[in-house]
Amino acid sequence: MATNVMTLPRTAEPTGLWSWITTVDHKRLGIMYLVTAVAFFVIGGIEALLIRTQLATPNGTVLNPDVYNQIFTMHGTTMVFLAVMPLNSGFGNYIVPLMIGARDMAFPRLNAFGYWLYLVGGLLLYSSFFLGGAPNAGWFGYAPLTERAFNLGHGIDFWVLSLQLLGISSLAGGLNFIVTILNMRAPGLTINRLPLFVWGTLVTSLLIIFAIPSITVALILLLFDRYFGTMFYLPAAQGDPLLWQHLFWFFGHPEVYIMIMPAFGIISEVLATYSRKPIFGYAAMAFAFAGISFVSFTVWAHHMFATGISPVADVVFAGTSFLVAVPTGIKIFNWLGTIWKGSIHITTAFLFAAGFIGQFTIGGLGGVMLATVPVDWQITDTYFVVGHFHYTLFAGAVLGLFAGLYHWFPKMTGRFLNERLGQAHFWLTMVGMTMVFLTMHYVGVLGMPRRIYTYAAGQGWDLWNLLETVGAFTVALGVFIMLINIITALRKPKTAENDPWDGQTLEWATSSPPPAYNFATMIPVNSPRPLWDAKYGAHSENVEQPKKIDLSGGGKAHIHLPNPSIWPLLLSLALAVFAVGVIFGPQTGWIVAPIGVLGIFVTFIGWLAQPASS
Amino acid sequence: MSAVGKLEQAGHRVGETLEDVVDEAHAQAEHAETSTGLDHRKLVMWIFIASETIFFAALMATYLVYRGHTPHEEGLGHLSVPVASFNTFILLASSLTMVLSLQAIEAGKRGRMIVLLILTALFGLAFLGGQAFEYNELLKEGISIDTNLFGATFFTLTGFHGTHVAVGILWITMLIIRALRGGITEHNHLAVELGGLYWHFVDLVWVVLFTIIYLI
Repeated sequence: MATNVMTLPRTAEPTGLWSWITTVDHKRLGIMYLVTAVAFFVIGGIEALLIRTQLATPNGTVLNPDVYNQIFTMHGTTMVFLAVMPLNSGFGNYIVPLMIGARDMAFPRLNAFGYWLYLVGGLLLYSSFFLGGAPNAGWFGYAPLTERAFNLGHGIDFWVLSLQLLGISSLAGGLNFIVTILNMRAPGLTINRLPLFVWGTLVTSLLIIFAIPSITVALILLLFDRYFGTMFYLPAAQGDPLLWQHLFWFFGHPEVYIMIMPAFGIISEVLATYSRKPIFGYAAMAFAFAGISFVSFTVWAHHMFATGISPVADVVFAGTSFLVAVPTGIKIFNWLGTIWKGSIHITTAFLFAAGFIGQFTIGGLGGVMLATVPVDWQITDTYFVVGHFHYTLFAGAVLGLFAGLYHWFPKMTGRFLNERLGQAHFWLTMVGMTMVFLTMHYVGVLGMPRRIYTYAAGQGWDLWNLLETVGAFTVALGVFIMLINIITALRKPKTAENDPWDGQTLEWATSSPPPAYNFATMIPVNSPRPLWDAKYGAHSENVEQPKKIDLSGGGKAHIHLPNPSIWPLLLSLALAVFAVGVIFGPQTGWIVAPIGVLGIFVTFIGWLAQPASS
Repeated sequence: MSAVGKLEQAGHRVGETLEDVVDEAHAQAEHAETSTGLDHRKLVMWIFIASETIFFAALMATYLVYRGHTPHEEGLGHLSVPVASFNTFILLASSLTMVLSLQAIEAGKRGRMIVLLILTALFGLAFLGGQAFEYNELLKEGISIDTNLFGATFFTLTGFHGTHVAVGILWITMLIIRALRGGITEHNHLAVELGGLYWHFVDLVWVVLFTIIYLI
């Protein structure tokens, strides 16, 4: 392979700031996604620490009520839209094309556009802090609290417009992933041989495609209410605030799985690799992905049991919600089956994956409790709910992402993270998160409502709240150690080989980090773990071992790499101009928004006129 | 210089680079077989349309939920079914011309395709004209987007559909420019097919809107 690399044209990677701004390389964009998302994850974490500091003791005075509302809204919005989703996009961007043996994504410039619009949307959201106050109605933005009459200022407008930009960004990414995975698989890599991380990304992308339009419409109606005097969510004019909840949760519940299914995929890869076994029940795992996706669109009203929808609806949605436990349970058992009798190699990545199984199961059990209507009526709007969804999103998505970080860091950088620091990170995370989130369940049952900025002493909550705050800082210490680990690792020489973990899938069949064109030759694919087959022989019944497939066209022909482009960034900026023009529409006499539309048109034409590759 | 000549020259300038794109993409498509056999762009178009169905479904659901909330004489009673029927006819006719334009280029008849594309765009414009007339009548009768729930849902739903029609007209205009430059040929006409997919989808949405707003 090495000799082939030498003969290929355009092997030298361009360097410099401009090359990053105009890049369309899925690996660079993956890294840009990851770095940006980690930054937002840290910011969202600081917001969490502010909340916990305020609530550490009764009658806290760290944050006033107004700022508290802004902070908890921004914490939720940041973690969902600016941290977890883009972290998934980052790993997906970097790893999925490698795993399916592709040279890049199907639409490289659309990929760059997705990243830039994410960055622009995030910055727009955060600029609200300096332009009159951040949004303050929760990440769920329940109407009519978000209506102009009850929420003056521009916080909600920033929230609405930023979420629209982020929605477009997610759609762009989702479309790209689906086409890439369906259309650019290596020869032999049929759908029923896709690695499970690719499966996770595929179903996540499908969820994005079908869920995002619902919140798009919900936000448009809210925007019209705030700017044009419609009354979609205003009860005083016969509007219905529940319409917001239906539209929001039709998006919002699938969104939970949008955040967590890539983590399911990561966990599957990690457990199989470090157990040195194929994933247990591959087909059942793939079907479980599809099953969870489908069911996730039928459960949204379990967020609305306490709103007085009919008892029949309550029962139906409780039933569908219980159904989610079936495919999820299949996954849990198959993960255990994967480890069972494996020759386990305990690394930080494995630890996080194993920790995920235990902790996430607690989150799942809490979900079954909440799906029981009478129980929900009792504990809805308490800290039990907060504890539950953190047990799914932190114990689910974030632990999975941590596992992915330790697993793929050598592939992305050619360097290893320190295992000792990694294990410190793991144990601090386990202990810390249990202190915060398990305790929240208990204090919720004791009756502590969520979304309150302070509470009186002597209600039996004081000790638990202090414990939660200590736990939050423990988790933060773990994240701090992780960052130190990353920074020190990046200063060390590149020592990682192609396949440091004895991996099974195609991303380990190329160098670490991979060249711009990913693969010069492709090994045959006869199972979900082609590299393992190539190393140790296929155990499957249909053993056929054709020669390596040369992708370089005999080493003579050019490899077509997509051209760098500035247009994705410019189009994102034009969209941001439009968004700002809408937010300050009345103040600017609606001058800026049309300029943004013009900019969108011009940059779009520029994009079309530029050849995609040469 | 004749008007057509000027148009052709303008088309030449814009089309020059566009044509390169098309040729390049075409060359690539022939180069690399996709796993499904479908072109990337066609596949993404179908998935995008799937996403758009949810967008319109959410808007339609909103319309239907609020349908009974406004008394007939303050809302639906102001709509003119004949005007909307005429508009529906125009839009359906535009779908026909769109199909015929694709058929024309498949048979290698470029001029015929261009005429049919121009007709399609004109039908689209006529539809928007009809919509503007309808909006104007409603405004004159005192119904606007902030009057009541009927106004809010009607203008939002039909407004977003109208915006989609407008985008479609821009799209077809770009196809016409590219075709005038010679960038669309008998063997390279995926662009027309993609534009057609979008256009038929927007028409189909209108058929549903017409049914739920004017007929039931």
